[in-house]
Amino acid sequence: MEESKRKRLQELARTIRCDIIKMLEAAGSGHPGGSLSAVEIVTALYFEVMRHDPQNPQWPDRDRLILSKGHACPVVYAALAEAGYFPKEELLTLRKFGSRLQGHPDRKKLPGLEASTGSLGQGLSIAAGIALGFKMDGKRNDVYCLMGDGELNEGQIWEAAMTASHYKLDNLCGIVDHNCLQIDGWTCEVKNMEPLVDKWKAFGWNVLEVDGHNIEEVVAAFRRFKHTHFKPTVIIAHTIKGKGVSFMEDNAAWHGKAPNREQAALALEELCGGCC
Amino acid sequence: MTMKLAENIYENVDQIPTRFGYGDGLLKLGEMDERVVVLGADLSSSLRVDLFRDAYPDRFIQTGIAEQDMMCLAAGLSLAGKIPFVSTYGVVCTGRAWDQLRTTVAYGNLNVKVGSGHGGISVGADGATHQALEDIAITRVIPGVTVIVPCDYHETVKATIAAAQIEGPVVIRFGREKVPVITTPETPFQVGKAEIYREGEDVTVVACGVMVYEALIAAELLAQEGISAQVINCHTVKPIDKETLIKAAQKTKAVVTAEEHQVMGGFGSAVAEVLSQNVPVPMRFVGVQDTFGQSGDPDVLMKAYGLKAENIVQAAKEVIKIKRGG
Repeated sequence: MEESKRKRLQELARTIRCDIIKMLEAAGSGHPGGSLSAVEIVTALYFEVMRHDPQNPQWPDRDRLILSKGHACPVVYAALAEAGYFPKEELLTLRKFGSRLQGHPDRKKLPGLEASTGSLGQGLSIAAGIALGFKMDGKRNDVYCLMGDGELNEGQIWEAAMTASHYKLDNLCGIVDHNCLQIDGWTCEVKNMEPLVDKWKAFGWNVLEVDGHNIEEVVAAFRRFKHTHFKPTVIIAHTIKGKGVSFMEDNAAWHGKAPNREQAALALEELCGGCC
Repeated sequence: MTMKLAENIYENVDQIPTRFGYGDGLLKLGEMDERVVVLGADLSSSLRVDLFRDAYPDRFIQTGIAEQDMMCLAAGLSLAGKIPFVSTYGVVCTGRAWDQLRTTVAYGNLNVKVGSGHGGISVGADGATHQALEDIAITRVIPGVTVIVPCDYHETVKATIAAAQIEGPVVIRFGREKVPVITTPETPFQVGKAEIYREGEDVTVVACGVMVYEALIAAELLAQEGISAQVINCHTVKPIDKETLIKAAQKTKAVVTAEEHQVMGGFGSAVAEVLSQNVPVPMRFVGVQDTFGQSGDPDVLMKAYGLKAENIVQAAKEVIKIKRGG
């Protein structure tokens, strides 16, 4: 990757992190941990990997992202606003009455959202359905699905995993935001999912592992997905919950708690020297 | 004006399962609209979707025994421009996959159709596990979902075709066993429009599904005793035809509902929600009274659980008595 492109993506990731903190502080509730862990993944998708047009959100030839871990919507809202789907000021209406930015994604309200998600475990099936529909019509669009690692507790994920490999959905790319934490603690203690890579392989998937905070690695994995045929791809992205804010990192307490004014100021100071 | 119904309702009535209507409706839809796709969960012949599968193999999606996945796959297919019909047993597609129907499909206002088979106690020998008796209640409570319970084979064909023309989620409930064919291909059918199948003055019987037939028989029995009963086929449980129901209640001032379903929260409750707020009249609910079913011959079960014409007759006499201050 060119140095300039890498820097641009890293800068976008930093802006999105700052926006997440500002939105959540304004909202007074929400999910910072799993939003911050997915920043590089979402940045790579919206600003490097996916074909999409913020001026024409319903463009038929766009690629699709299904945010299966719907509670991480702040990271997607921030990316959509940054890309130009709606005014950035609107980010501060998150979770407020009448806002298009619902606590979990509402596809009917906000342009750029493909599905209403938040009930965990359903996104991979939705994404597989879109991918299957595209295949039936001979369309070349790709479908991405961002899942949480705690979300993999849901049985429906594995139903969808079987369906996607059965139908050889090589236009489907799942991403597991593997931050190792869920509300009740470490994922391996709540319900051990290991060996995770072997599980996906056994279900017939092409499995890639990346450092989910290394934007070059993340983009490269998406490129490899595009060159994989006859099977779906899953990217296990090793991430840190709350990434970028020292007191939130690796701390399950920040799964679903918003920073207050002082904590937000501290977080923004760490992220960008309080510049934004 | 009374509707044109089949001529031989009261003797030697033809009998065809409503699920055959679903299968034949899908087959017609396959030809009418190439966006229509059908999803099956290992029950293709039971739900009669094997007809569609064999005619349009490229548009049939086998999901295996994975109904939650199937509901959301359908959601995704609708987002790719398809008109998907999810087809499985009612207890499963409206029960096991309820959250998927509610949150992904209905909240997302996606164009998914649900063919909810094996509705009611007449499923028979399979017993309570497979007898959908709560499906009307748990689907009609979801905002934006259209719920249709056709009365016979022809109406199920029409409802299936009509579902594809509605934008948004639709549930069509049908049964396993042979049931009387009381309508004809020409009998009017419009989603959301209840039809008066028989005019009457003393009591109104509002029914859906196979209970429309029982209501017609009940009206005949009541006529023999000098009681004039109006019979309404209210096939669309949601959105319900308030106008027709209110007019009927204003006219007869006594109402009986009849459904092959739990009375709590079901079809009768839907009718009562309308009438109690607009024209409160004495009501009785014929249906399964807050109990699970069991194995048995369908007709034996219908009798045992109070789902026959004589139960409607009894209920009609009770509401008329109350109306007259008894």
